[in-house]
Amino acid sequence: MKPLLRVQNLKVGFSIFDGFMKVLDGISFTVFEGEPVGLVGETGCGKSLTVKTMLRMLPSTAHISGRIFFKGEELLSMDEDRFYRLRGNEIAYIPQEPMNSLNPVFTIKEQMIDHMLFKGLRKVGWNKYYSLRKNKERINKALEKAKEMLEKVQIPDPARVLDSYPYQLSGGMRQRVLIAMALLASPSLLIADEPTTALDVTTQAQIVKLLKERIFNERLATIYITHNLGIARQVARRILVMYAGNIVESAFTEELFREPLHPYTRGLLDAIPKLTKEEVEGIPGRIPDYVNPPSGCRFHPRCPYRMNVCSKVKPELTEVKSGHYVSCHLYEKGKRV
Amino acid sequence: MKTVLLNVENLKKYFPILGGIFGKVIGYVKAVDDISFSIYEGETFALVGESGSGKTTVGKIIVGIYKPDSGKIIFNGYDLFNTNKKFLKKIKMNISMVFQDPASSLNPRKRVIDIVMTPLNIYKIGSKQDRIKRVRELINLVELTDEYLYKYPYSLSGGQKQRVAIARALALNPRFIVLDEPTSALDVSVQAKILKLLIRLQKMYKLTYMLITHDLSIVRNVADRVAVMYLGNIVEIASTEELFHNPLHPYTRALLSSIPVITNEEAELLPEKVELKGEIPSPVDVPSGCPFHPRCYARTDICDKNKPALKELRKEHFVACHLF
Repeated sequence: MKPLLRVQNLKVGFSIFDGFMKVLDGISFTVFEGEPVGLVGETGCGKSLTVKTMLRMLPSTAHISGRIFFKGEELLSMDEDRFYRLRGNEIAYIPQEPMNSLNPVFTIKEQMIDHMLFKGLRKVGWNKYYSLRKNKERINKALEKAKEMLEKVQIPDPARVLDSYPYQLSGGMRQRVLIAMALLASPSLLIADEPTTALDVTTQAQIVKLLKERIFNERLATIYITHNLGIARQVARRILVMYAGNIVESAFTEELFREPLHPYTRGLLDAIPKLTKEEVEGIPGRIPDYVNPPSGCRFHPRCPYRMNVCSKVKPELTEVKSGHYVSCHLYEKGKRV
Repeated sequence: MKTVLLNVENLKKYFPILGGIFGKVIGYVKAVDDISFSIYEGETFALVGESGSGKTTVGKIIVGIYKPDSGKIIFNGYDLFNTNKKFLKKIKMNISMVFQDPASSLNPRKRVIDIVMTPLNIYKIGSKQDRIKRVRELINLVELTDEYLYKYPYSLSGGQKQRVAIARALALNPRFIVLDEPTSALDVSVQAKILKLLIRLQKMYKLTYMLITHDLSIVRNVADRVAVMYLGNIVEIASTEELFHNPLHPYTRALLSSIPVITNEEAELLPEKVELKGEIPSPVDVPSGCPFHPRCYARTDICDKNKPALKELRKEHFVACHLF
């Protein structure tokens, strides 16, 4: 498989009143073509920040270093025009909150047509806007396509949905519309940021099933962000576990659930209430402060297996078994120390 | 012998929708539509359902935040809506509530000590010194140290805020606590600790809980009996074991089969995958007959005409469905 996206030593920080927040602490990972990857972690561990950096959605106050290669091109230093052409065409994004991600004063039809006509363009003047919006033929074609796409995401009555405003649709419907919009350009990388968190369980099951079908049918490389390991297990082929701005473990889904190696991953799996009524165990302590993060391994103050070296040296992400990477001093060169 | 602590009979709550320039009533949100159940002393009774199914409204009626339109709530033999005010206040000492979002249920301008002391002040219990002593006791009980007493809620993490809310709920030594989604705003690692704390407190003080939640894995771990709500109606009541091994109502089956699980052993426990069409309708125009019929995969002709009543199919297992 060819690598599609390669993130190398990405660091993101923010200057705030209290000092400098070092949020992302040098993360590296690769997404291969056609591979669904799950990015898992608790609130505030930097999952959304990682993809927002990739999509250049961060405010200008963010300090970013590192490299992101998409199909061989470097994203962070790319010029704006080229990047705008990639975003929306090649890289699609499904945002977290279906409630707030659609414009409340336009119908779904207008928003989908706008998306199709103007995606990839950086600055659209009035002239260009009118020449595109007045072109009946193009608009009809776009409408056709919008309708087709809505049918693909299993919206029962696309004509009605196209004419409605976002407030007239339920949460699940809005999320379907957003998925349809993301897939309009047939992207090669889909980024889904907690697409089902705001939804009810039965609706969530429907949306996950739909996304899974799209991902597998179109062999779409996906970064699926979620805090729910159960959902990551359903969607992803490989899972990256994040803690406090670091990727602590990366493994194939089956392998990760069968044999979690990093103490944090184990703690996280133990903390989930299970139907088999096993005893649940929380992780002591809380996510560290990013202004003064713990030295060495950022998990060491909460870790039950900590050693002297943990507070001094930051562990590297190393391959312990084939395809199973862990960043922990307990494991070195394939062996448990 | 199990004794009934709380008995809810034919509870109804419709919220009027006002419209037009004169604020005329143009419709009703049928939040709770004629439900009955009883809770036994010392058990954890879970109320499960999707958002908008009316579970929080039931909890709020029990603690007295809303007045029901009709129906009775009998707590420990006393009718909550048919007693004089002074006596009611005395009974209400035994009922308290932990709210859903700890960030908005604690007053941001008060310190933890004042927050936890509020119920003691209202009931004028002991002298000032006694109250402070009691607050200190409560704070230690929820595994926080004395230094938290003089902090403001903004400086606490989500889990710590929820601990303060639990301490406040325990202040008057209640017998019955309504837990309204106590962990849904928290991360998994914190959630596990709060659940453990709640279980420990229940054992220590022989508390009775009504747990309102949408997370079925928590229900499985914590609850003794479960009621499943859909659009203001209870569709199934059973013990937790019975409900997970033998779900009868089509909605319960769909709900159970859509739990995202993390191990294969868990997946085997789930009923066969059933998928529902559409989403929960708005409680303003509830479908005729059985409220679930437009989404049901097993509907028959009768379903949109008659509303099924809750019947006891097995011992202690009630279902409201025309299939049975």
